[in-house]
Amino acid sequence: MLSCREETELMSQRLDRPLSLGERFSLRFHLLFCRGCRATQQHFAFLQTATRAWREHHDRDSTLR
Amino acid sequence: MTPQELSRAVDALRPRLLRFALLQLRDAAAAEDAVQEALLAATLHVGQFQGASAAATWIFAILKNKIIDEFRRRSRQPLADVDVEQEQAFEETLEEQFDERGHWISHPTAWADPQASLEQKRFWAVFEICISGLPEKPARVFGMRELLGMETEEICKELGLSTSNCWVLLHRARLGLRDCLSRRWFGEN
Repeated sequence: MLSCREETELMSQRLDRPLSLGERFSLRFHLLFCRGCRATQQHFAFLQTATRAWREHHDRDSTLR
Repeated sequence: MTPQELSRAVDALRPRLLRFALLQLRDAAAAEDAVQEALLAATLHVGQFQGASAAATWIFAILKNKIIDEFRRRSRQPLADVDVEQEQAFEETLEEQFDERGHWISHPTAWADPQASLEQKRFWAVFEICISGLPEKPARVFGMRELLGMETEEICKELGLSTSNCWVLLHRARLGLRDCLSRRWFGEN
């Protein structure tokens, strides 16, 4: 079984590439039992939402006033 | 668009362009240069803009390219000593969160209603402080990935990094930002 540190690597890479079946299984299983990693997964997902909101604010809302 | 219209539009846009460039380049002079170059390019194409909004989109696209050019240039230079030290200290803080078996020493806890933060001005100030606090290399890769919205493969190619190296840097950046936002905004200790 992978450690929490290694699982956080998978959680991060999940945002950059498709995980393999084995990796997805390992992560899902780990998350069932690990509260800290579940929280971390929420944090990573929110980071992506926040950076996207920041980017859209600059990109799309770029109408000149 | 006439040159006069463009010039008025640019006056309104400039602060946002600077902020956009500064968060990523982390150097006021470099940000100013990138913005100047993008605006200069825009004056050469003024006739082709249908309106202020089209001009802004175009200028942002050029600015992004200028930022990538600067990142590419920096990636070919060795890191300054202070940056190497900052990176080592950063690595240590990340590693201190795990025990020798790689398990959390103190479990992170879920953030309460993070979506609501997006509406708060103070959140964005903290968000920018946390990004500015990352060491140069993870910040660069994270910025290209999430702030410029590039694909990982493209980033590796531009910076001459291996894919796995890119993933490591993105992982470090996310762990660092998670930690910073937890402490400075969501009130985890």
